[in-house]
Amino acid sequence: MDNHIMNDQTDYGTPAKTSDKQVTLNIDGQQVTVPAGTSIMRAAMAAGVSVPKLCATDSLEPFGSCRLCLVEIEGRKGYPASCTTLVDDGLKVHTQTSKLADIRRGVMELYISDHPLDCLTCAANGDCELQDMAGAVGLREVRYGYDGDNHLKAEKDESNPYFTFDPSKCIVCSRCVRACEETQGTFALTIQGRGFESKVASGTENFLDSECVSCGACVQACPTATLMEKSVIDHGVPEHSVTTTCAYCGVGCSFNAEMKGEQVIRMVPNKNGGANHGHSCVKGRFAWGYATHSDRMTKPMIRKSIKDPWQEVSWEEAISYAASELTRIKEKYGKESIGAITSSRCTNEEVYVVQKLVRAVWGTNNVDTCARVCHSPTGYGLKQTLGESAGTQTFDSVMQSDVIMVIGANPTDGHPVFASQMKRRLRQGAKLIIADPRAIDLVSSPHIKADYHLKLRPGTNVALISAMAHVIVTEGLADEAFVKERCEWDSYVAWRDFVSKPENSPEALEEELSIPAAQLRAAARLYATGGNAAIYYGLGVTEHSQGSTMVMGIANLAMATANIGREGVGVNPLRGQNNVQGSCDMGSMPHEYPGYRHVSDVEARAQFESAWGRPLSDDPGLRIPNMLDMASEGTFKGLYCNGEDIAQSDPDTQHVTHALESMECVIVQDLFLNETAKFAHIFFPGASFLEKSGTFTNAERRISPVRRVMTPKNGYEDWEVTAMLSAAMGYPMEYKHASDIMDEIARLTPTFKGVSFKKLDELGSIQWPCNDEHPQGTPVMHVDEFVRGKGKFFLTQYVPTDERVTKKYPLIMTTGRILSQYNVGAQTRRTQNVAWHKEDLIEIHPHDAEERGIKQGDWVGIASRAGDTVLRALLSERVQPGVVYTTFHHPESGANVITTDNSDWATNCPEFKVTAVQVTRVNQLSEWQKQYQEFSDEQIAFANTQQDEIRIG
Amino acid sequence: MSTERLVTMANQIGDFFQANPDSAEAKKEIAGHLKKFWALSMRKQLVAHIECNQAQGAGLNPIVGEAIKENVTSLTM
Repeated sequence: MDNHIMNDQTDYGTPAKTSDKQVTLNIDGQQVTVPAGTSIMRAAMAAGVSVPKLCATDSLEPFGSCRLCLVEIEGRKGYPASCTTLVDDGLKVHTQTSKLADIRRGVMELYISDHPLDCLTCAANGDCELQDMAGAVGLREVRYGYDGDNHLKAEKDESNPYFTFDPSKCIVCSRCVRACEETQGTFALTIQGRGFESKVASGTENFLDSECVSCGACVQACPTATLMEKSVIDHGVPEHSVTTTCAYCGVGCSFNAEMKGEQVIRMVPNKNGGANHGHSCVKGRFAWGYATHSDRMTKPMIRKSIKDPWQEVSWEEAISYAASELTRIKEKYGKESIGAITSSRCTNEEVYVVQKLVRAVWGTNNVDTCARVCHSPTGYGLKQTLGESAGTQTFDSVMQSDVIMVIGANPTDGHPVFASQMKRRLRQGAKLIIADPRAIDLVSSPHIKADYHLKLRPGTNVALISAMAHVIVTEGLADEAFVKERCEWDSYVAWRDFVSKPENSPEALEEELSIPAAQLRAAARLYATGGNAAIYYGLGVTEHSQGSTMVMGIANLAMATANIGREGVGVNPLRGQNNVQGSCDMGSMPHEYPGYRHVSDVEARAQFESAWGRPLSDDPGLRIPNMLDMASEGTFKGLYCNGEDIAQSDPDTQHVTHALESMECVIVQDLFLNETAKFAHIFFPGASFLEKSGTFTNAERRISPVRRVMTPKNGYEDWEVTAMLSAAMGYPMEYKHASDIMDEIARLTPTFKGVSFKKLDELGSIQWPCNDEHPQGTPVMHVDEFVRGKGKFFLTQYVPTDERVTKKYPLIMTTGRILSQYNVGAQTRRTQNVAWHKEDLIEIHPHDAEERGIKQGDWVGIASRAGDTVLRALLSERVQPGVVYTTFHHPESGANVITTDNSDWATNCPEFKVTAVQVTRVNQLSEWQKQYQEFSDEQIAFANTQQDEIRIG
Repeated sequence: MSTERLVTMANQIGDFFQANPDSAEAKKEIAGHLKKFWALSMRKQLVAHIECNQAQGAGLNPIVGEAIKENVTSLTM
């Protein structure tokens, strides 16, 4: 296969080893030096000598079962397997002898005697290791015939939407079983039976009903066509490959888009990917079909009112109309009456040009991003304490952790590829503390059991972190030598005095937290004394009224225990969407320019004014909730919403939709007619990640290239649309390619100074800061000193949320994610991932359900002070009594009809995680749902009248 | 934007900074936060709520009200 991008996918047979000791040996007459602990097979590959193999692959530990990789070693008896035999100084190894050739032919003959001879019509023809090995060993005949017992008629399992399991082609090499265990950590597969009866089994009748999470690791590992992508079966093997970056979660996996012309055949995880090392999840690996889904909108549309049908127009007309409307509104109501929302699903370059348009052309700082509703407290809290609005580590750092503390995150569902790495470390013996109201999978899963599951009540995070700090400080477990050297001592003393107060003790807070004090004390001691301790956190930390306080509390804890500034430790926000970090880096917050420099910073503003040639405002702009509040009240009139779907993702849906209805011009740029677009007056069709160039920045600050593999179905990459709008408003942006935008970003942003597309091609990815001091990037931050100089402790007074349970609303609802779906589901709902999650459910504890007469699968009404909706009940002990849980992947669920306008004090990040509700058994949908359906149907019909003729196949 | 909403948000900011035992410093931090993160129109509206003879900053926690009063000039420019 011709790979356009430099990308070594060579399989070295066994994993790389690191060692201080180097070993030199001779293989087939060639001297080779490798680290001690390396297998002979890998050493041979390093010397350019390929040893035949079937059960070995370098993503898995050697297994030694296929007997194909045997070698001869001078002075040693027999024919050891090169995959399981380690190198030694002075060995003389022969990989090709007549005896070895005989043995290998004999082994292959046995394999092929129970394998269908359908190579020419097999889906793996040309991409089959068994076929390659038959050729390599010179197999010319199979003497045994096919009359005896065999597996040739074994039934195929086609239950999984994305791949088939054809046992007739299985050679029982166990690569799939080992991949499920070692790579993914799910342990869904096993070899069942012995001898001739041995077969790969998933523990249930088929893959779909099993524990399998469809990560694709088994398919990737399979050397034959036994486990095969259905897309390859349907379309044949790809002919070229382009390395790009997944557009789903904040892990930012690198993939090879394997193509036939402009058609994606499969997405294969890149083994050189810095974040994923060749692993993937069901979304990135398989759920890319939305890019060519028939729902894609590909033509611009306009209309005067949302009560009118859409009118399809040319790009010129749509851009001109948008420019004239924005100009009209600006002139009539003032520059503060318009603004824009950027998306964490868009590239850095796209986000950059949108904020530039708002600042340089519109003359306001009214630009915000969807990080507002997820990780804005991370940006604030980490900037205050450490000096930089970003996580401190690499993902690989977890492999050096001795204690892993997961707070308010569900990595196996939200960040599955990183979760697999974390589980690998846990299986090696790292301790695990989980702070979560709900029993996430990590609490107890195969070979993983949390040492402490702190089942705190939703909304009490800050009490938890202060209580942990109390234990650490009062029991003398803080590393005050580190603090003296690295932090502002006065701030530490004030914090130490504060957390030492009796009211912050685990005993005093036991009832509030609903965590036994002894358990909390033990967890705090473990964190402080268990070796390298790392905290990983998610939206269960940030989406609270004290989200920012909690982020600062986490940073306080890391600094006080010296768990920062080296591998294995740190403060690690698990970013939700693919480019949350990047969208924030790119200045899409209303108070900051790219690189987190405040708009009032005279020097930074002068730099941007000079580069952009326009005067810039020194006043912070409006945040998303501010824009919506002001729209509802009639003072905010025009919105450019680029790749976001606030009508589904943001809290208090009815408030959001009222705000949208109240505006005079709503412009939506998206792949689909999303929920927000149903309230729009102008629709710009967007391009998928497969149709554009740019970069995404993941949760570990890793900037990774997004490469265009097909022509945009809408005609333009998204940055080009923004640039056209800018030009129509009198400010041409003279970029010819996304790389020109990155060059401008690098010129104006100190932390991106050394970043360019050329360097990304060379290095694969780069973790910022990338500058003169760190030209290759910075894997671990705050090593010798904090970005702000000295780390600063902040007092974290616990302030209970206003959203308290009452007689009317006696339960707390909290929200989360599920593995197979992504955010608002706009992408994943348009793939076969719906096989796993067709609808959002409300999880309720059996006790609470019984009290209300609710049974499994019943319709239940969920009411809060904001609104009400109806979902089916899922009775589960994962949630505690008094707590219910749901997801928001389907718009008709209306999960955010219930969530309220409560928000974080510092950033206005909504309090998605705590809503007081009542739950009752009902027999029909809510009024909101009925009205939603009617409105949605009408809006889709308005678009379909135009789009019917131009749908893509 | 509704004044009630602004008052709620400002009080939340006050709740965080009033943990600082040095109240003069806490007030400075409250005003600094408003200046750094709130749009001018929102700040002006909150100041107007305090300066209005009728409202006199109704609903605002004392420390927040004082913080705003002591920094009116900075908050409205």
